Amino acid sequence: MRAFEFIFRRILTAIFVLIGVSLITFSISHVVPTDTAALYLGSTRARPADLERIRIKLGLDRPLPVQYAIYMKDLVHGDLGDSIATKRPVLQELTDRLSATLELLFFGMFIATLIGVPLGVLSARWQSTWADVFVRIISIVGVSMPAFYLGLLMQIAFFRNLDLFPLSGRVDSNLRFTNPIDPVTSFFLLDTFLTSNWIALKDVFHHLVLPGFTLAAYPIGLIARMNRAAMLEVLGQDYIRTARAYGIRERVITYLYALKNAISPTLTVIGLTVAYALTGTFFVEVIFNWPGLGLFTVRSLLALDYPAIMGMTLLGASGYVLINLIVDLLQMWVDPRIRLK
Amino acid sequence: MDHPAHTITESQNMRTTRHVFNVILRDPLALISTVIIIFFILIAIFAPFVAPYPDQGQGSTNASDTMHPPSAKFLLGADRLGRDILSRIIYGARPALVVPIGVVLFAVLIGAPLGALAGYKGGWVDEVIMRITDLFLAFPSLLLAMAIAASIGRGLDKAAIALVVSWWPWYTRIARGAAVSLKEQYFVEAAQAIGVSDTVIIFKHILPNTLSPILVQATVDLGTVILAMGGLAFIGLGTQPPSPDWGLMISEGRTFILDQWWISTYPGIAIFIVVLAFNLLGDTLRDIFDPRQYK
Repeated sequence: MRAFEFIFRRILTAIFVLIGVSLITFSISHVVPTDTAALYLGSTRARPADLERIRIKLGLDRPLPVQYAIYMKDLVHGDLGDSIATKRPVLQELTDRLSATLELLFFGMFIATLIGVPLGVLSARWQSTWADVFVRIISIVGVSMPAFYLGLLMQIAFFRNLDLFPLSGRVDSNLRFTNPIDPVTSFFLLDTFLTSNWIALKDVFHHLVLPGFTLAAYPIGLIARMNRAAMLEVLGQDYIRTARAYGIRERVITYLYALKNAISPTLTVIGLTVAYALTGTFFVEVIFNWPGLGLFTVRSLLALDYPAIMGMTLLGASGYVLINLIVDLLQMWVDPRIRLK
Repeated sequence: MDHPAHTITESQNMRTTRHVFNVILRDPLALISTVIIIFFILIAIFAPFVAPYPDQGQGSTNASDTMHPPSAKFLLGADRLGRDILSRIIYGARPALVVPIGVVLFAVLIGAPLGALAGYKGGWVDEVIMRITDLFLAFPSLLLAMAIAASIGRGLDKAAIALVVSWWPWYTRIARGAAVSLKEQYFVEAAQAIGVSDTVIIFKHILPNTLSPILVQATVDLGTVILAMGGLAFIGLGTQPPSPDWGLMISEGRTFILDQWWISTYPGIAIFIVVLAFNLLGDTLRDIFDPRQYK
């Protein structure tokens, strides 16, 4: 019952936050000095009559509160407006690109967790040895390296010098004719696997490696550092000392007793880094020409495509709120003390 | 007039300052980081005197040396418009360091008093301030900054404003946490008892004592803000050409990365070193006083 109440309250808060968020995104796009109608017509020297017509069509002649009410009404009906640049519905543009970004994001976070957590454990177990120093160097370099620079270095090293991985894109364009991908889920790794399209699977994986690792660098650094701190805190507690006094092997203590209790803070950090990685995908997608939300958003930002910008900020904030909600629920499941509070 | 309690906190502040200096002097990594940061600040200030080609550093083109590889004439090579990369990195240290320091400063100036007010007053004031803060924190910071920077127009100043708007809530949170625990202390209660006004208590007694956790957080954040400024410039929302900026230089050289690698590589190293220095220094400061203890 308590758990249910907790979940209900968290979801209710999330809804209120999102309503506030929509107010902020609306304000951002309406304090603008530029003329949206002129942008829509693609010219600043359009005839005044045409501008007026567009203004009325887009509802720009109404008072701001009315515009917000209309915006919210459309939003509830799943209508985010039409992109000024492509004239297609923003929702369509976003959903078309969502899977490419999510695939990259999941792949990056998967690598980051797989590398970051063991690094943190290693570092804490061998505190103040060369292993610890090594891990701390990796983690500080990871969080100090700009993604928009690391991506270029990856391209120089692994495409130009070693020719191991492709330069950019999500899939080789020739595959369209030889081994076309059947978009079951639009997650290419999954699609090619489900349809046993092994040649395409290998190609998709090859395309994922460089952007994936570029994206993972920052999360690896942060997760390793936070996991190390969490492990050290747990390892300093009385029950660990007791376990040591009983002569339980250090390996068992580290992996069985300590790691379990370090999971809760690590989960929080992983949730936090997903948010960082979300904005990280923008740079990674620009560098690797990845056909996802980030590339679309950057183009929209530069073209001042407001409906698209509003849609993306709203989606980004919703994603962030959702991630936090999931982390809270996971923590409640991992750590019963939170449930009882 | 000076309250005795206030004198005590002041001498405590002096002692922590000396303590910080001692720790930095003894920790080799923190010392090197501090030296690197001071070095970059100095070349930013004295750019016209240390840059080999000051006019190119500021943007004037030099058509006879386009894409000149690194050599004795151009130590780090020249870019698409024949400008000396080294000079542009030196001039680029100005937006790269001075602007992020300004961003963090303004974010602290907005965020900290609001947080102190919320924590000290409690009740509906606290509720209103913190719920607004939550709204801003509901966005991934950089995404919010990008949207704001795009809509108020591109440019270094606009990018800086956008970052301040998306960064202040973090300091509100920290200051509030500190204020809540300070409110219970004797020197605050004593000030209330003798009828000191809330404004004076907040600015004279609460805020100065929230400074140390905020300064630590600010140092740690500087690296992140430098990365964010670079990122905004990289996608075209920050500094506009022909002004020098490290993020912009990386973006300008991106098309030629496979052949004229030096255009992007050297400014990238500059960003990396500066951010690394701030992160290392921030780590040391965080070890001295952990700002999380106030949360």
